[in-house]
Amino acid sequence: MQKANDLKEYREELRETLGNDFLRTTLDNFAIAYRAGRANAFKGMDVRGLIKEIADSKDEAARNADALYREFKENAEAAGIHVHFAKDGDEANRIIAKIAKDADCKKIVKSKSMTAEETLLNHDLEDAGLEVTETDLGEWIIQLRHEGPSHMVMPAIHLSRFQVGDLFTEVTGKQQDSEIEKLVKVARRELRQKYVEADMGITGANFAIAETGSIGLVTNEGNARLVSTLPRVHVALMGIDKLLPNLHDALRILKVLPRNATGQAITSYVTWITGNNECLAAEDGKKEIHYVVLDNGRSELIKDPLFSQVNRCVRCGACANVCPVYRLVGGHKMGHIYIGAIGLILTYFFHGKDKAKNLVQNCINCEACKDVCAGGIDLPRLIKEIHARIQDEDGHPLPSFLLGKVLKNRKLFHTLLRTAKWGQKPVAEKDGFIRHLPMIFSKEHGFRALPTIAETPFRDWWKEKRPRVATPKYRVALFSGCVQDFVYPEQMQAAVDVFAANDVAMEFPEEQSCCGLPVQMMGETKASRDVAVQNLRAFEPEAYDYIVTLCASCAAHLKHNYPKLVMDKPALKLRADAFAAKIIDYSSFVNDVLKVDAKDFTQTSEKATYHAPCHLCRGLDVHDAPRQLIEKSGMEYVECAEEEVCCGFGGTFSMKFPELSAELLKKKLDNVEATGADTLLTDCPGCIMQLRGGLKRRGSRVQVKHVAEVMSKNKK
Amino acid sequence: MPSKEDLYQKFVEKAELVSAKVTSIANEDDALKYVINLCDKKEACQLMISGCEADLSDKAEALCDAKQKKVIAAPGLNEDLYKKLAAQSKKAGFECISEGMRDHLAGVDIGFTYAEYGIADTGTLMLDCPSEEMRLATMVSEFHVCVLPKSKIKANTYAVEKMMLTRMKKTPDYLAFITGPSRTADIERVLALGVHGPLELHILIMED
Ligand code: SF4
Ligand code: SF4
Repeated sequence: MQKANDLKEYREELRETLGNDFLRTTLDNFAIAYRAGRANAFKGMDVRGLIKEIADSKDEAARNADALYREFKENAEAAGIHVHFAKDGDEANRIIAKIAKDADCKKIVKSKSMTAEETLLNHDLEDAGLEVTETDLGEWIIQLRHEGPSHMVMPAIHLSRFQVGDLFTEVTGKQQDSEIEKLVKVARRELRQKYVEADMGITGANFAIAETGSIGLVTNEGNARLVSTLPRVHVALMGIDKLLPNLHDALRILKVLPRNATGQAITSYVTWITGNNECLAAEDGKKEIHYVVLDNGRSELIKDPLFSQVNRCVRCGACANVCPVYRLVGGHKMGHIYIGAIGLILTYFFHGKDKAKNLVQNCINCEACKDVCAGGIDLPRLIKEIHARIQDEDGHPLPSFLLGKVLKNRKLFHTLLRTAKWGQKPVAEKDGFIRHLPMIFSKEHGFRALPTIAETPFRDWWKEKRPRVATPKYRVALFSGCVQDFVYPEQMQAAVDVFAANDVAMEFPEEQSCCGLPVQMMGETKASRDVAVQNLRAFEPEAYDYIVTLCASCAAHLKHNYPKLVMDKPALKLRADAFAAKIIDYSSFVNDVLKVDAKDFTQTSEKATYHAPCHLCRGLDVHDAPRQLIEKSGMEYVECAEEEVCCGFGGTFSMKFPELSAELLKKKLDNVEATGADTLLTDCPGCIMQLRGGLKRRGSRVQVKHVAEVMSKNKK
Repeated sequence: MPSKEDLYQKFVEKAELVSAKVTSIANEDDALKYVINLCDKKEACQLMISGCEADLSDKAEALCDAKQKKVIAAPGLNEDLYKKLAAQSKKAGFECISEGMRDHLAGVDIGFTYAEYGIADTGTLMLDCPSEEMRLATMVSEFHVCVLPKSKIKANTYAVEKMMLTRMKKTPDYLAFITGPSRTADIERVLALGVHGPLELHILIMED
């Protein structure tokens, strides 16, 4: 559970976690195994189609939540079950404590339920004098240790077998060794007698099916079957988000849930309970069953046009499995009770602003979570939105406020950049890096070197040197983004060279400014909208076949976010749609549109490896084009491990969490160096800044370049 | 439409992937033979691995002591078949029960059941267990042996949806999909079988 009061304390906590080698290794191994396991489990299936169907059916269920609840209740009651509605966690806990009291229950066995975690049910039941035992092995372990889960599906993933062995020694009063096989058997026997003694069983529900009033439970251990069979009373606690119209919807989710959670085709047990079934421990031979259906802010949430998609979450935990930040810091630091990407969001809604305000800044916006989400939830976008909302409520921190102000005024911003060029003179080295970190950076930023501002920005070069293309095949507008305009103009120049050679006529609209992603990332929604409007006005989409950018982050932001940012202004929205439709990234343009040919390049056979920018591979779903270009341009492409994992730049993220950024970068560079290639290519200037700076600090011989640069150099 | 043979192949492949032990049998007599054999070869208490002697809490140990003889639980069999099994068990020195599972929570050696359907897609057994005895036999047994008639193998869960709905509407009901033995990966993500339910799942696919 996250406890820090402010960002400073939070960073302190993060630093501690970063020092936990066991946790780091486990999470690393898991991340790598998970990716392969998931891919294998979905082999031959139309995953995107399936996720889309789930998203649609869950959205529909959200719209009909009230009617679904009524139908569910009616059918369940007709089958002999008591159905209760709880508006918040306290009420749910009170209802359950009362059921226990009325039925004269003393001992409770529980099968894993995130909803019960959300309401802190165990505390309230224990306060009411009841004995509660978690039976899911991981949950039992953390219950005995008095801590919260560190993963949705594997709650004790942060613990080693030795820690568990010590814990079981304490619990049984007998010495236990640390062999996992044995520890599991000890738990089996210790917990068996808990089932025998319990008079009440509590479970969650993965599905609540309105057409039959049934619930579905998905488990691997089988504890839900015992918990719902042996005690004479069964209580199932579930959020209204579990309501589905029919069995078919549940079966569809079941196809994705275990595959996404652990790479299993299905869990060992899936249990479907309908009606007050047989129970030989009850006086009348019938089990007493209660469903407690929890709102706790959910019905408000599903009315929100943006956040209603949160209802699609099926709690598979995949968003944590792929999150590079979670992989570094684990669940105790990346969420309050719900963890990972969805945890950042749910924490805000279920546990409040104070618990969420540090956590939401922890997202690097790499979109890995969005890419695997079983419900197709745009998690990074929602996280940013919450960040913005919290800042609107709490006031904007000075740096983010200032950056917003500066970016809104293009002229001022550009003047500042030009002035910076003079300011850095005394500390600039000839190799294009700054010798010492400027004062505003703390020493934690020392893991990478920062580049100097270029002598001549691209926009000035363009005025004098722009090529004229006599018989154009295509007309394009160039969008440079600030980094390529002022720091790495040579990348733009290289692209211009390749374009001109392929009969592309180009324009560079001078009124263009920063794409606005940095301020959006800092939660400055208003500033990011203002910058967007400026850029939309600067470009005349109808005049070009394409608008090309060499920066993957700009491209993804321009394409996907601009139309959303101006959604409420119909005229601008039309323009933004037209603009977005014309946006294309460098690699796709050169490979797929211009279709350049290997014979036009000198084949050097030098080895080059590749880093896939998050906003290119996931943001724009571009995978093959850059790799094909590397080969066409005469280099030998060698694949790098975890090529599509974030390099840790994430714009402002690396400023706020340098320790995390450094770790992500370290992994990336280790993988790069392991390929043996001398050149690392990529297509995003932000990634180049991060990767180059990191390699420079390591004293590595690996050179980092934009794909455009090699193409221009090797062009015949 | 996949043929009966294709579905069978697929089922076996998928079930074995999740550590189920699949055997083809010709008839019910084969099934009984299999159960008796298995019970005979099986360690009296599979939980020995944790060392019965010293390392359990006193309460948990007391529960273990309650079990004296090897037990086969076979609720839900038709009467003739049960009689045959009971007779063979008796000869072999095992206790055979069809009810009273609650008196055997320390562990049953073998739970013997029939599946309603098989789901080829995932190697899953579908068992309807409205009776508590059935549920417990499939959960507290150390080995679960389940007969699946070959003709009952369906392609995927959608293909059993109608059948499920019929049962769910004729309440009350307790349906289970069972795929492989009980498993956990909660300690260091290392797979371990038999955490709460059976340590082994044996599927006998019967020609019909
Ligand atoms: S966008 Fe990336 S960093 Fe942010 S929550 Fe998702 S996976 Fe984690
Ligand atoms: S947000 Fe998506 S990926 Fe994360 S737990 Fe929910 S459904 Fe799974």
